[in-house]
Amino acid sequence: MKVLIRHQKREVELRGTRRVRDLLVELGINPESVLVIRGAALLTHDARVADEDTVELRPVISGGLA
Amino acid sequence: MRCRKCAADATVEIRRHHTAFCNEHFLEFFERQVARAIEHERMFTPEDSVLVAVSGGKDSLALWDVLRRLGYRTTGLYINLGIGEYSAESQRKAAAYAASQDAELLLADIPGEYGMSVEDLARATRRVPCSACGLSKRYLFNKVAREGGFAAVATGHNLDDEAAVLLGNLLHWQTEYLARQAPVLDSTHPALVKKVKPFFRIAERETAAYAIIRGIDYIVDECPNSVGARSLLYKEALNVLEQAAPGTKQSLYWGFLEHGRPLVQGGRQPVELQACLHCGQPTTGEVCAFCRMTERAAERMRLRRAPAAQVTTLGPA
Repeated sequence: MKVLIRHQKREVELRGTRRVRDLLVELGINPESVLVIRGAALLTHDARVADEDTVELRPVISGGLA
Repeated sequence: MRCRKCAADATVEIRRHHTAFCNEHFLEFFERQVARAIEHERMFTPEDSVLVAVSGGKDSLALWDVLRRLGYRTTGLYINLGIGEYSAESQRKAAAYAASQDAELLLADIPGEYGMSVEDLARATRRVPCSACGLSKRYLFNKVAREGGFAAVATGHNLDDEAAVLLGNLLHWQTEYLARQAPVLDSTHPALVKKVKPFFRIAERETAAYAIIRGIDYIVDECPNSVGARSLLYKEALNVLEQAAPGTKQSLYWGFLEHGRPLVQGGRQPVELQACLHCGQPTTGEVCAFCRMTERAAERMRLRRAPAAQVTTLGPA
């Protein structure tokens, strides 16, 4: 599968079906800090992603508080 | 994982509430949370005109969207901070949203009116960029709202923003700032417009989820000046705690509002405000902090002080 990690401006290729939760652990990303999107759909952490999928990890943290 | 209301596949899990929703029921939950916050905190009524501070990011566009859907009378305000391509892109997003909704969007242009960007203002007055930016935005929110006769200024600050600010204020025992941190800051002077934060009950993941589900095209990239900002460090630290113990951010901030704020407000002297001698905006001194900053910067850059900000309309009236 192709994983687009927006806030790190990088893409990674992984093989094998896994749950979103495990994908994030593998990539060292705190699940609280991102939303996981496949196509136009948001995925919960127990959803499974497979080889043919392209998923985006979209950061939810914004900074520069005023 | 199933939606709590209809048993369809869930799309958004809300761990601090031990629940999950499909798109349709998440939007219903989200809008109800916002409506409840506005009514419970008496932020504004459907008769009031509300100025929504719009940055082009997820929170402010989601806020504008939900307020419009709830039937409130809103006008957007975009402030051009002059931060290169970041500002240009965020303005495009804000203007595109306004055009798509046939909504009125005002523009306040800092480089156009003051002759320099917030980064220039920061450099010239030896501030960090976020300080000059925050001061400029607070000043212009109030100025535009006052001149336009708005009842309140609404910003998209969410639970994560408020919890991060609170953590920073606690770590350094900023008691003055602690006393002022609230979802509603009432007007305490005729020239000071009420400020409200209708998203204070809602986590940052949820505002992002709302924007994505609604198809709102927002600027995902962060301000280049926020790299390494303390506020981001505090958010990351809180997210580590939240991941291990869901509800930590809510407990910290809501607990502060209920138990901590009354304590820090107890010994606080009321602040006397008066009109700034140069611009007429409310201030604790003779000349407000914004005028002092822009005048000092103009002096340093050998520029004449620019006239007061003009507001132009970007979107349809």
